[in-house]
Amino acid sequence: MKRYGKTTALAGIDLAARQGTVLGVLGPNGAGKTTAVRILATLLRADEGRATVGGLDVVRQAAKVRRIIGLTGQYASVDEDLTGMENLVLIGRLLDFRRAEAKARGAQLLAEFGLTEAGDRKAKTYSGGMRRRLDLAASLVGRPDVIYLDEPTTGLDPAKREDVWKIVRSLVADGVTVLLTTQYLEEADALADEISVIDHGKVIAHGTPAELKRVVGGQTILARPSDPARLAETAAVLSAVAGRPAESPARGVVTVPVAGDAAFTEVVRRLAVEGIGVAELSLRLPSLDEVFFTLTGHHTEEEAA
Amino acid sequence: MTLTLTPTAVAATRERRFGLVRHSLALARRSLVKTLRTPEQLLDVTLQPIIFVLIYVFLLGGAVAGNTHDYLQFLLPAIMVQTVLFGGMATGVNLNTDISKGVFDRFRSLPIGRSAPLIGSVLGDLIRYVVAIASLSVIGAIMGFRIQTSLPSAILAGLLTIVFAFCLSWVFVLVGVVMRGAGGVQGTAFLLLFPLTFGTSMITPKETLPGWLQAWVEVNPVSHLMEAARGLMLGGPVASHAVWALVWSAGMLAVFAPLAVRAYRRRA
Ligand SMILES: Nc1ncnc2c1ncn2[C@@H]1O[C@H](COP(=O)(O)OP(=O)(O)O)[C@@H](O)[C@H]1O
Ligand SMILES: [Mg+2]
Repeated sequence: MKRYGKTTALAGIDLAARQGTVLGVLGPNGAGKTTAVRILATLLRADEGRATVGGLDVVRQAAKVRRIIGLTGQYASVDEDLTGMENLVLIGRLLDFRRAEAKARGAQLLAEFGLTEAGDRKAKTYSGGMRRRLDLAASLVGRPDVIYLDEPTTGLDPAKREDVWKIVRSLVADGVTVLLTTQYLEEADALADEISVIDHGKVIAHGTPAELKRVVGGQTILARPSDPARLAETAAVLSAVAGRPAESPARGVVTVPVAGDAAFTEVVRRLAVEGIGVAELSLRLPSLDEVFFTLTGHHTEEEAA
Repeated sequence: MTLTLTPTAVAATRERRFGLVRHSLALARRSLVKTLRTPEQLLDVTLQPIIFVLIYVFLLGGAVAGNTHDYLQFLLPAIMVQTVLFGGMATGVNLNTDISKGVFDRFRSLPIGRSAPLIGSVLGDLIRYVVAIASLSVIGAIMGFRIQTSLPSAILAGLLTIVFAFCLSWVFVLVGVVMRGAGGVQGTAFLLLFPLTFGTSMITPKETLPGWLQAWVEVNPVSHLMEAARGLMLGGPVASHAVWALVWSAGMLAVFAPLAVRAYRRRA
């Protein structure tokens, strides 16, 4: 439990991650993701309840917890006036590496994150994606057993997002436990072994990605007929294939949740038969807002406001 | 509420001795590198005091001391003290920026002493005091300031000032940790420094001041520091002033360093 004045940032949350897995924490802005991460990273104290990492209490054994964790916060916390290398060497020195060791580890991480070229430039001159990578590298200097990634891909373009995903996968392959927060179901689906969906500081759903998708309807087909007048016919095609009514979440488009990829081929075929041209046709995972709508019956705050 | 993460067997990262000292020094180095890399950060201890010296000497010199040369001898040791003390303000401001920018979140998630980032900042900023003294020595020499005692004695005046400024800077550290924004830190530091440095015989002899002000000058610790610096550079009584300056230094350090560390631990 954590309160800020009258705001209860975390109400009653039970998160658990097994070793060597990724726990995805999925929730909209203001859900309490950062608050949970900061408590687990010993930066913030919970007002009630307890948190343990590797069996260590984050309050009473904070110093020991700090030896096994690495934190990449929501906002890059690199020192902009120092070079990439200096940032990493400083962390190494603070982790009791000898100078030569700290330099070697820094060089190794810069290489792994494609920053070798930029290593001697001030972090101030880095692009957003480079800063993120440096921040991530900084949290890995001490080879932590547990890593927190607070919205590591928010604000990154799709190619950079893929890079971060690759890094997360290789960390897990090395046996690291990862706690990853995100606003994208797609990301949680791609990386997490288990997902906790949180809203208003509470866990509203928990399960493997497969379990969660079963609840929220898995994939969705979205179609936008080139001729808006044929929207009703398009909806009929989608409904017939999916066996459930299609919705029109926005003007000119219809969507329907489907069970598998096969439905998509079927939709393409039937649209062709009917002679309905489409401006947009896609198969995608539900957006966070749709997940929330299914789970809670209301949209995420931002959308509603 | 429970948050449970179960990682692999806890790997004990190496723990070496004298952690606090090494970590503080590593962080001091960081501040030092940052300061040297952004020389505009040093304007307040280089150009600014030079301008003050010029203004005071040419505006007040004739009126207070009869001529600018004698006034410069009177002014310089005291304005050195003022510049160095004002130089400590930046420690609080920079600290506040580091905390709000999230740089310190990283440090706080590392297994280092809670006080290491604060000690590092204070130590790293010692360079500012040295630069202030060097810059005033140069302009003083050019304008005709001459040490009347000996070089070692003048160096002692500088060291005494640095010790005092180091201890006083813990007040700014506390302010920097507690305040929300850098502007507030600067404003508060100014409010503290004005009565401390101007409520002295810095620009004009104590005897010319109104009674109530003389009473403040008597008890003001910075007066003792300025008189000690004058004594060490120009000759005259030193011992009792220097002792008072050191007693106050120790007192400020003993009170404000723990308070600052405590406030830093608590700041979310
Ligand atoms: N320092 C703070 N002071 C007051 N309220 C805060 C503070 N930090 C977070 N909150 C509030 O706590 C709630 C959860 O915030 P946060 O954990 O940052 O959510 P998320 O990371 O999921 O976007 C929000 O309502 C937010 O406004
Ligand atoms: Mg957040």
